[in-house]
This record gives sequence, structure tokens and C-alpha cells, in this order.
Amino acid sequence: MEAFAALLDRLVLTPQRNGKLKLIADYCAATPDPDRGYAIAAITRDLDIPSVKPAMLRALVAERVDPVLFELSYNYVGDLAETISLVWPGTRGANRTPPLSEVVESLQAASRIDAPKLVAHYLDALDSPGRWALIKLATGGLRIGVSARLAKTALAQFGGVPVNEIEELWHGLAPPYENLFAWLEGKAEKPVSAALAPFRPVMLAHPIDEEKDLAGIDPEVFAAEWKWDGIRVQAVSEGGPENRMRRLYSRTGEDIGAAFPDILASMDFEAAIDGELLVFDPKEQGFAVRSFGDLQQRLNRKTVSAKLAASHPAFIRAYDILTLNGEDLRALTFMERRARLEDFIARAKPERFDLSPLVDFSDAETLTAARANAPSDAIEGLMLKRKAAPYVPGRPKGEWWKWKRDPFLVDAVMMYAQRGHGRRSSFYSDYTFGVWKDKEIVPVGKAYFGFTDEELKRLDKYVRDNTVDRFGPVRQVAFGEGEGLVLEIAFEGLNRSARHKSGVAMRFPRIHRIRWDKPAAEADRLETLEAMLPPAP
Amino acid sequence: MNYDALLRPTPKGLYCPPGDFYVDPTGPVARAVVTHGHSDHARAGHDAVLATRETIAIMGARYGEEFTANPQSVRYRDPININGVTVTLVPAGHVLGSAQAVIEQGGTRIVVSGDYKRRRDPTCPPFEPVPCDVFISEATFALPVFCHPDTGDEVRKLLASVEQFPERTHVIGAYALGKAQRVITHLREEGYDEAVYIHGALEKLCNLYEAHGVDLGPLEPATIDNKGAKQDFAGKIVIAPPSAISDLWSRRFPDPLPVFASGWMRIRQRVRQRGVELPLIISDHADWRELTDTIREIAPKELWITHGREDALMRWAELEGVKARPLRLVGYDDENE
Repeated sequence: MEAFAALLDRLVLTPQRNGKLKLIADYCAATPDPDRGYAIAAITRDLDIPSVKPAMLRALVAERVDPVLFELSYNYVGDLAETISLVWPGTRGANRTPPLSEVVESLQAASRIDAPKLVAHYLDALDSPGRWALIKLATGGLRIGVSARLAKTALAQFGGVPVNEIEELWHGLAPPYENLFAWLEGKAEKPVSAALAPFRPVMLAHPIDEEKDLAGIDPEVFAAEWKWDGIRVQAVSEGGPENRMRRLYSRTGEDIGAAFPDILASMDFEAAIDGELLVFDPKEQGFAVRSFGDLQQRLNRKTVSAKLAASHPAFIRAYDILTLNGEDLRALTFMERRARLEDFIARAKPERFDLSPLVDFSDAETLTAARANAPSDAIEGLMLKRKAAPYVPGRPKGEWWKWKRDPFLVDAVMMYAQRGHGRRSSFYSDYTFGVWKDKEIVPVGKAYFGFTDEELKRLDKYVRDNTVDRFGPVRQVAFGEGEGLVLEIAFEGLNRSARHKSGVAMRFPRIHRIRWDKPAAEADRLETLEAMLPPAP
Repeated sequence: MNYDALLRPTPKGLYCPPGDFYVDPTGPVARAVVTHGHSDHARAGHDAVLATRETIAIMGARYGEEFTANPQSVRYRDPININGVTVTLVPAGHVLGSAQAVIEQGGTRIVVSGDYKRRRDPTCPPFEPVPCDVFISEATFALPVFCHPDTGDEVRKLLASVEQFPERTHVIGAYALGKAQRVITHLREEGYDEAVYIHGALEKLCNLYEAHGVDLGPLEPATIDNKGAKQDFAGKIVIAPPSAISDLWSRRFPDPLPVFASGWMRIRQRVRQRGVELPLIISDHADWRELTDTIREIAPKELWITHGREDALMRWAELEGVKARPLRLVGYDDENE
């Protein structure tokens, strides 16, 4: 448990991806089975521990610590799990600290009535980092800035295997993954995928370089389709009519099916479909695609209410097919797969699926025109796919291109700056910017990339030279009629937001240009942004 | 019994009327007894200063030799008579030269602990409990959440990280007086015999510690003279004042990994606020258990509590049945721990 607690402590504070990968890989090398497998499962959130509620923990600590001292402590620390882990009166002298596997297995086996006693027993035996890890584990609040994908990448590095092989196996494995580790350490054969309806690692596109690559886009060689503004998903329904398993995966292989029963219900087929998850307007005929903001209502949820599923119904706009009736189609060319996909959609007619159409073009010019006149607001550009390309996981060169429509641009004024993380921790690299509303500047967003290292040095110096106030790690810079730095911000779209004072929230904002030359008084006004909002629902 | 006749809190700090002196005064006075060299306790500008030999040397190094007209250095446990009041300095275990001021007259004894800790520190003699009527305790870490872990474990955590990330420079923020030297000596105890690179602001005090018999091993200045030398700092340990670790200064090193050695590193929010990647919970102040154990051990008739989290220690005293009083002295800064 101590090694696991130490790993969590380091991961939380390590901003760099490479640093996190090394920490996880080194932990796996130093930790025996089954502990390391449970640790990985905790990080990938594949560990199901009957939840321990904060109220129960408070009750346990109240039996042991004076309430006044506890309140003083909690007020000072500000986080309940951390406060409890620190004030819990550890027993003096050596204790046998339980291994992670023992904690996990006995908590999983415990009834709801026994759980508090067991938790108290372990809290007694552990030191405070161990207690913190246990509380986070048991309350399901393990937020340490490591995605499941990153953990799998670390495993791939540890074993020297491609991450996609791990990804494909993943849903057939169960914690503590002893067979996986045996393979990664070269002690056993690769586990046979036991999963029904497994995830297949997705094929991704490179952004096109208009000057370099666009001229080579020939309709003989490339097919074009719309790039839809939803999220990439994989709908897999496999296992034969008897044992069929239906799963909906995000592009990183996370199973998001529980939040989309409407999609799962219509997956009465034997295939793996690659497509875009979108939300449509139930009052209109067919699939009238709604904004990304509407789709967001359905995302990041464990389940969905019947009401929300009815007001925000989801569907999949299919653009590829990976398996059909038990046959793996990924080695076929794009056009061969496309023909199979068209045929499949036409025959099976799954209720919540349609086909993403191909876009006709004859040369770069007609393609440019198509991109400029997209038939829907839910289109964020074009996808260009080599007709002869097989389906290859990852981002192979020259096979798929994405050509996004031009971003929105707005001239905003820098208001606050905050230090970055990791390599940038000595630089003021995160900027809050605002636009004019009447006579004042109101914040509309935050950006922390889009500039070169040289520009960052200059921005950092500008922040230091123009600071007017400090709030903890944040500096306020001078801004107003006669002073301030104008930043040209690029962004992909705008949503209404009740959480922001300005009432708008930008999608994917970044710094496009630094307008050292432009006076702040000439920056854009909030009305300009409001005009870009989608029509009110 | 009214102990205020012998020692009482005033806006300038603790004052002894019969002896006509202050302990750790926060502004210039005629006669000061100084417990240790940290700048919030040891200020320049008093007419006369009584302190240990080491503390006098530290004040001289920091403020210049003319910091007072009449420096008087005394050895630990040598009683000094000031206007009929006996003052004895006894080790406090806080930093080099740190002392408790034991103040006695007519059978009454008050101990001003100054800042103290109970765990081992290779750079100074350990705290000695003195039975007394009034014990005046600091309260910097007086909350049950502060339980400093084993110092050796913390230093081993650092060494493991240096081994794990040999391409980065570990830049440790440590207070220039006491903490920096203590971290170095603990590193040596763990067998680290490579040069430790120090920020210019630490040089004077490191030299002073060495002159007083604290062996710090090989030290080098953390400066880069020629281009290309940056990479030479990969895998090295650099010690600097806390303000330097995540500022412009640290950019001279390859991919600096910010470390901070402080009791405050117990609280995750503090760690994050400072952008620290590797917190080392190493403190020169007593943690909650050390404070409460010390008070139980000394068992004073009254406990007076100074700077820090007085409320929690007052509450503990109430639960323990110890007569206690908060002094509400101002001017002591506990952030630089």
C-alpha cells in the first residue's frame, strides 16, 4: 500500500507526460503481482469497490478526534479525505501495513455493514499517505490526472509492446491482470482476447498542410467526407445471436455505453462501426444534427434520465466498418470497406445510425469551395481519406487528413496571467483574456498555447513588467482604454454559458497572434462574440 | 500567582520588567535576549544583544558586525545575571545556536522556548526540557494534521527521485538558515557524497556552519559560466532559497524539478500552489505530537502560547486540563519555515 500511495502522490504532482509514464512503468517493475495489477486498475478506473460515503468517514473520525480540533483542521486543510488521513490517530510503533491487494480484495468482499469497520482497521494500520490513498480509492475519488490511455501506454513501455495490442486485449482482461503482466515480462504467451465485442484502436488523421499537401489531393486517390462536430465512437455488437454483447466505446477505448441506452438499443447487428456520435432534434424529420453544446449534455454521465434521452436523442453517423458478421475488414481498402458499410446500413437499417455521405470534388479548388460552403453548422471541416488505405491503428502518415474550417478569430485583451506547469512552471504562460462590454473589459476565456518559446519569453516578460496586482499564483496585468496587450484568439466555436460572467464559453481557444501593435481600445466587443452564438434553443 | 511581574507580552515582544530586557523583540530596544538567528526573532538595531556564540555570529553574518553596539555571547547553560534576573540559554534544537531562554527570579522560573523541535538534527544540540512554572511554546504547526514523517525517509525519497530522473536537476527550496544545512547533512548521512550545488544566498551561512564544526561535505556554487555547461547539472542536487525554485533563476538548469523542504509540504494544496513536484516534509519546528508531548513532559503550571495556530493548542490544553493563555504576539512570520 505504501508504494501505491507514493505512486499516487508523485503522479498528482508530476505534470509531464513522460514523467508520469516513467513513474508508472517503474512502479510496475518494482511491485509484485497482484498489487501492481490492482494499482493499474485503480488508475484506469476499472476497479469496483463498494463505495464508502464521506459521511461514514466523518462518523469514524468523530469517534477518535475531538470535534473542535477536527473542525479547526478541516478548515485549515480544506479537503475532507486529506484532513481525515492526517488527523487519524495512527497507533504509535510499528504496524504491519497491508498490501494493496489485501485492502482491495477484502473491501470488495465486505458487506456494506462491515465496510466501515474494515476501513477503520486499515486506517489504523496505514500512515497518512496510505490513508489518503485508501480513502480516495474507497470513495471513488481517485482524480490524479492520469487517463486510462496513459496508464496503458506506460504498460506498453514497461513491456516493450505496441500500446494498441494492450488496448485490444483490455476489455477481455480483469484486475489484477496477472496474465497481462506475465506476457509483458516475457514469461508467458500473449493472453488470448477473451472479450466479447472488444475495442479496436482507432485510426486517426493528420491535420493537412494547405500549402504542402493540398495540391496532391486527387479525387482518383482520395475520398472526401464531412468532419462532423461530435465525438468519435466505436459501436461494437458481437458474439453471435446467443451471447451478443453491445458496447459503445470512446476513441480512447472507454466504455460509455451506459449513458447511451438509445444507441445500444438499436445495435441489433453483428458488426463494429466507426462513426461520429451526435445529438439530433426530435421535432424534426430525420437526423437534424444539433450543436456540440447540446451533445455535451449527454457526455460525461454515468447514466441518462429518460427525459434527457428523449429531449437530446443521440445517433451515430457511420463512416467506417471494422468487422461484419465475424469477419475482420480492417485489412481491406477504404473503398472496399465503404462499400460494405453502405450495404450494411442499407440492409440492416439500424434505427439510430445513418451514413456519413461522401463529398464530391474534382480538384483542390472544388474541394476548397465545398469546405467553405458546408451544408450544416455541425460540420467542422473535411476528412480526406486515401481510397487504398487499410484501417491502421494510430496516426499513419499520408493516409487520412483532416482539414478543419477556418477558426473564429477575435481580438481580446490580456487580463490575468498564471504560471504554467512542468517545463513552464517559471513562466507566466496561462492567460485569461477579455473583450469590451460597455466601458469595461469582461473575461471570455483562457488560453495557454499557440505561441512559440520565443514568444512565451516575451509574454512572460510583458506580464512581469505590467503586473498591477497579485492573487496567489495569479497576476493581474494592466488593461483598459489606454493600456493592455491585444491577443488575437482563435477558437472553434462558441456556446452559451451560465458559469461565465460574459455568458459565453469558447471551444478550444488558443493564441493565434500577439498584437503588440494594436491598442486595447480597438479590441473586439462582446456583441461581436454574441453574434457568433448558435440560435437560442 | 501572577507571572506577569516577571515576563509579560508587549507590542514589542516579551518584556521582563525587573531585568529590563526583551526576548526576541520585533523592534529596536535597549537590551534584547535573542533565542535564535531567524530574521523575525533576531533583528538588527538593539543597543545590547545577549545570545549564544553561534547566534551572535549568525546575526553578524546577516546584518554586518555593527548590528549592535554590545554583543554578548554566552555558552549554553551558563547563567547570566541581568539586573537581578537570572537568564540561562538552553538548547532548543531548532537551528545552529538556537536556545530557550530560562528566566528566573525569586523562585519563579519561566522558559521561553523560542522555536524548537524534538527530532534529531545533526547541525545542533537537541532540545533540553527544563521544569518550570510557565512554559512559553511556539505553535507554528499546532494542528493535529501536522505530523512530520521520518526525516531519513524524506531524504531517501529525494535520492530515489534523483536516480529515477537523472536527466533533470532537482532544485530544492530550503530556508537559508538551518533548513538548507540540515538537508545537506541528512543527504550526507544517507551516503550522498557528490557535490551539492548552492545558490549564492546560501554561501555565507554554509561557511558559517562549517566554521562552527558542521561538516557539509563538498559544496559548489550553482552558477553556469559558459554556454553548454547547462547539461552538466543533469542529475545534480541544487539548493536555493524557496523563492528561487520556480522562478527565472531555476531556468538555467535542464528541466528543473522543483522540490521544497518544509513542514508546510504536509498540505497538498500548499504543494500545488507553489508548483512543487516533490515535497519533502522536513521541518525545524515541533509537529503536533512533539508539541503536546513536550508540554506533557515539562508539565508547567501555565502554558503560554505564541505565534502560529494558537486556537488548536488552546483547545488541546482545555481537554488536557492544562492552564493556558494565548499571547497573541505579532511580528513572527512562520511562512519561511
